[in-house]
This record gives sequence, structure tokens and C-alpha cells, in this order.
Amino acid sequence: MTVPISYYLILAAILFCVGVASFLIKRNIITIFMSIELMLNAVNLTFVAFAHMWHQITGQIFVFFVMVVAAAEAAVGLAIIIAIFRTRQTLNVDQVNLLKN
Amino acid sequence: MPADYLWLIPLLPFAGFLINGTLGRRLPRPLVSAVALIPTFLSASLWVWLWFTMKAAGAPESIHSTITLFGNSWISVSGFHADFAFTVDHLTLIMLGVVTCVGFLIHLYSVGYMAHEEGYWRFFAYLNLFMFFMLVLVLAANFLLLFVGWEGVGLASYLLIGFYFKKDSAADAGKKAFIVNRVGDFGFLLAMFLLIANFGSLDFDTIFTSISQHSEWQGGILTAIALLLVVGATGKSAQIPLYVWLPDAMEGPTPVSALIHAATMVTAGIYMVARAHVIFDRSPYALGVVAIIGAATAIFAACIGMVQHDIKRVLAYSTVSQLGYMFLACGVGAYTAGIFHLLTHAFFKALLFLAAGSVIHALSGEQDMRKMGGLRKRIPVTFWTMTMGVFAIAGIPPLAGFFSKDEILFRAFTSPNPIGKLLWLVGLVTAGMTSFYMFRLWFKTFFGKERFEEHHRDAHHGDHGHAHGVHESPLVMTLPLMVLALLSIIGGWVGVPAALGGHDEIGEFLAPVFSGVQVTEVVSHSTELGLAAVSVLVALLGLFIAYVLYCKKPGTAASYAQKFPALYRLVENKFYVDEIYQALIVTPLLVFSRLILGTLVDGGLVNGSGYAAGASALGLGALVRRVQSGNIRSYAGWLALGAAAVIAVMIFGHTRWLN
Repeated sequence: MTVPISYYLILAAILFCVGVASFLIKRNIITIFMSIELMLNAVNLTFVAFAHMWHQITGQIFVFFVMVVAAAEAAVGLAIIIAIFRTRQTLNVDQVNLLKN
Repeated sequence: MPADYLWLIPLLPFAGFLINGTLGRRLPRPLVSAVALIPTFLSASLWVWLWFTMKAAGAPESIHSTITLFGNSWISVSGFHADFAFTVDHLTLIMLGVVTCVGFLIHLYSVGYMAHEEGYWRFFAYLNLFMFFMLVLVLAANFLLLFVGWEGVGLASYLLIGFYFKKDSAADAGKKAFIVNRVGDFGFLLAMFLLIANFGSLDFDTIFTSISQHSEWQGGILTAIALLLVVGATGKSAQIPLYVWLPDAMEGPTPVSALIHAATMVTAGIYMVARAHVIFDRSPYALGVVAIIGAATAIFAACIGMVQHDIKRVLAYSTVSQLGYMFLACGVGAYTAGIFHLLTHAFFKALLFLAAGSVIHALSGEQDMRKMGGLRKRIPVTFWTMTMGVFAIAGIPPLAGFFSKDEILFRAFTSPNPIGKLLWLVGLVTAGMTSFYMFRLWFKTFFGKERFEEHHRDAHHGDHGHAHGVHESPLVMTLPLMVLALLSIIGGWVGVPAALGGHDEIGEFLAPVFSGVQVTEVVSHSTELGLAAVSVLVALLGLFIAYVLYCKKPGTAASYAQKFPALYRLVENKFYVDEIYQALIVTPLLVFSRLILGTLVDGGLVNGSGYAAGASALGLGALVRRVQSGNIRSYAGWLALGAAAVIAVMIFGHTRWLN
């Protein structure tokens, strides 16, 4: 028995929505960072699911690209987070609003 | 051919204006004078060359020459075409001579008169600019270019009247001259629009040829055009009802009064009427208007001139009055006589103004005749030259003014115009008044006991910043006086009528221009001589009355003035015309502008809508600003909302919006 594609898509949508919601709700910058990864993984899941369905390799390859970008992003992002923590002594995004005005 | 160099005549003074106007501030005074004088002198020399060559050529065809500058494309718009073209014919030649020669003499005089003034370079730059525009006006081959010169001389006049711009009265006088002239120019512009509408051209030749080919065109639209042209001419030539600016224009330096406000610019109206005589000849009505305006202005201004105390103002009203004479001449179809008087008037009125300037110079800026007197021996050259001018304008034979004025009176008397005899009478009375007020000026200034204070070293009056005892002017000033005095004596001999043994050279010279003009009644020479005798008698009567009132028994005039205080005050205050204009036109306009336009339209409508636009932009900005919170999560929220909206559209709105 094969699992229908819609199951994968629904799971991916749920994961994505969880990611969006926690991105919007959470104040801790690290949690926000993790929720971005969650959204990326939701997208990865749809890629894999479609690649499997259409018997094509393209989706799989895109997943690798996404993972590479996510890894790079994680490295840069964590560096930025550390720098922010050092200067502002906080990880609360509501207090990091230097761009305002 | 000298006509090929026609364009140099106006452009030389323009070069002088450019150099003095841009660099003059840094140049030493002698160099400024040279830059101003040399181009003017060259223009005058060119005119002399032109004159002799064309006079030798003789025939009207060879004397009529047109050159077009800038190729053929000054203005060319669908069906309408105007060239930047200069033309020269008999009339132009005479006007050119007046402008360049008298202009040069006055430039020369100014070197002495303005020697101690600030803004010396500025004065000469303006003066050269004036020469340029006046020459453009005279040389123009179409109404449009004439209008360019017309406006240009107005500008130069405005600048020069307001030359002492730190003085309020001078600045106001400049503005007044400019604004009053705008009223006249409005008429001129309308006339040009009518010409374009009816002839499709503004070219003199085109218009005049097509009129002369249609002898059935009488009155109608031609009357309208002529009357509108008259409106323009009354502005520039200071005729009723637009004469009020000229007396005020005396606020400018005296050479300006002589050049612009006596000899050249103010005659532009007469020149224009004479130039457009083909149009006027077809409209007896318009000609009648011109004649009546002229006669009325002549006598009205002479009245006011009789009681003025400022030496320059007497001359200013005299100018208005003499211009009225010229209009009168044009109005009875005697254009030649008008131009003849224009010519002689340019000589003696320029002379009178310059001599008055010399008197003012001698008295360190005093202009009030009540504070002059007895100057005869102190400044002999000025006295003798001015005497020539006074006798010339008063119409004493055989000086210039006699012949030209008498020609006008004679033409008025013999014209077929039904009111010709009345015009003659008005002219005659005016001649007597002219003689009276000129001799009044003469006696009050040069005879009797000295009424001026010898040393007013501390009093720095108007024109002059320097002060020392009464003295004759330097040669650079007296030389033009002498030349003009000579011209005032002999200038009239070009127009000695047949009755007096001459053969009216100017009349013959101008005949090709004014061919086809209505002829006057043929009268015997004895009538002409009789009329001349009458006018000489009237002039002598004016002399006699002035002698009795101001020389023999000084104080008589004042006692007469006291006997009729109301009448005297009325005339002394110039019939309150300025006050009437103020009350009838200026004040209502100001009230309308301030209340209706200023408060309601400008304050309410314009400012209101401006403020509303500003306020709405601010409000919108305040709304949008809230979005820019700087909070990452709120940005992300908007992003998510947007994405959700796009997805919603894609899913649910597919059929409705995306097809």
C-alpha cells in the first residue's frame, strides 16, 4: 500500500504553518531561527514527495540545495545572533529594533 | 551698398550695451564712455553714408530697401510668417537720422552730465540698449518687429526713469510709465491680431499693397485696426488719456528726458501712425479721433505747463503738448507736416532739456524755477543755446519751430475735415500758450534777480552728488548744446513752404511714402502768408505777456493767481487727473485685488487647496508610518498575510480575477 501524496502535502502544510506561527509568536531569536528551519524542511518534504510521485530526480536535488543554503544560513545567522547578544545582552527580538526610524 | 550694412546700425549700440552691461562695473569711466560713444557714433556715421548714397540714388525704388536677418525663419507657424527684417525708405531715413544723430549728441552730453554719478556704466549700458531698441523700432519691416522695438524702448525707458532707484519717487515713476504703456500696448496687440486675422500677415508691404489694391475697402475693420493702433500710440506718445506717465518720467536723469522722453521714443506713436497711414487714410473716423486727441492734448498740456514750477516739468508738459501737435497733423492727413515737426521738435526739445540739465547742473541739482533767476551772465553758453531753443519752440521765424508748427496750422486750416478750422483755432491758441510758458521759463530762469543760494555745499539735491558754486558746464556738455542750437535755427529750412520762397524739401522727400494721401484745399499764397502772420503775432503776444508778468513787473502773475485761487489750484494740480485715475481705476482695482482676489481666491481657494493637499499627504504618511515599526515579526506577519492573500486568490478567486 502506498501513502497518497496528499498526506505528505498536508503534513508539510502543517509543519509550515507551525513554522510560520512560531516565527510570528516567539520572541526568542533562536526559536525563530529554528522555526525558519522548520519551514524550510516543510518545503523539502513537498519537494521529495513530488519527486517521488513524478519519478524525477529534480526535486531531490533541490532539497540538497535548500539544505546547503540552510546550513550556510545557520552559520551566518548564528554568528549574527552571537554578535547581537554581545552588544545588546538580549535575544528578545522586540528589543532589537535598531532599524526603526 | 550701404543698405547691406543696415543691420549694423542697431547692432552696434547693442554690442555697446553687452560690453558695458557685463564688464562695465570693472572698467574705468573713460573706457565705459568710449564703449558707449563709439558704436553710437559709428551708427550715426553709417546713417550719413546711407543718407548720401540713397539721396544720390534718388528714385523711390532705389531708396526702398529691405534686408532679412536670420535667413527667412524668425517666426513661421502654419500660414503665418514674420521675418526679422529691416527696411529703409524715406520716412525711415529721417527717423534714423533723428535717432542716431540726436542720440549721439545726447550720449556725448551724458559723459559730462553723469560724470559724478554712481552707476555710470549702468547708465550708458541702458542708454545703448535704448538706442538698439529704438533703431529696431524705426527699421522694422513689419508690425511685429516694430512691436519688439516698441516694447524694448519701453523697457529701457523704465530702467532709465528708475535710474535713481533708491529714490522712491523715481522707482514709482518708472513703474507708472511701464504700466500706463501696457494699457496702450494692449490696444496695439489687438490691432496686430486683427491684422493677422484679416491679412494673414504683419508685413508692412503686404498689408499696404493689398489695401491699396482694394479701393472699396473703407472704414469697417480698418477703422477698428486704426483705432486700436491709436490706443497704442497714445500710450507711447503720451496723449490723452494716457499722457500721465510722461511728466513723472522727469524723475530720470536729464539726458534721458531729452533723448527718450522728448526726442525719440515718445515720437514712436507718431511714427507708427505715419507708417500705417494707408490704414488711417481709409478711415476718416479714426483720423478724426487722432486729430481731436492731438488738439485736446496740445491745449490741455499747454494749460498745465503754464503754471508748473519745476523747470523739467514745464518741458515735459510742453513735450506732451507738442506731441499733440504732431497727432493733430497726422489727424488731418498732413503726415509730412507731422514728421517735419517731429524732426524740428527733436532738435529744439532735446536742446531745451539738455540746456535745462545744464542749468540744473550749474545749480547743483536745483530744479525749481522759483529759486533761479539772473543766470544769464553766469552761464552764458547755456543761456544763448537755450534762447535758441525757446525762440524755436515759440514759433519765432526764421527758427525751426516756426516752419513746422506753421505747416501744421496751415494744413489744419485748409484740410477738408469739417472741424479743420476749429482744430486750427485750438492749435493757434496752443501756440500762444506755448510761447507764453516757454518765455516764462526763460525769464524766470535767466532774468531778474538771483534767487538761488550760491553755496549749498551740504545740500545734495537729486541728480547731483557734488556741490560747488554756479558754473558753466564743461565743453563735453556745451558742445552738443551748440550743435543742437544750430540745428534748431536751421533745421526748419528743409521745409520752407513755397509761399515763403522755399520749395518744401522735406515734403518732396517724403512724398513717395505718403503718396495717395488726401490733398488739402488749394489756397492762395496770400492766405498762407496771412495764417503765418497770425501765428507769429500770437507767438509775440505770448512773449509780451510773459515779459510783462515775469520780467517787467514780477509778482503780477502771483497776484492774478491769488485773484482766481480755485482756477489756479485746479491747473496747478494738473486738473487732478492723477487723483481721478487714482480714485476711478487704481483704488477700485486695488480693492478688488486685495479683497476678492487676495483674500477669497488666493487666500481661500489657492492657499486652501494647497494646505489640503499637504495635510492629506501628511495624514496618509502617518497611517503608512505605522507599518514601518522596525519589528521583524510584524514584517514577517505582513509577509505571511500577503502570501496567504495570494494563495487565497489563487485558490478561490481563480475564475473571477485571473481569467
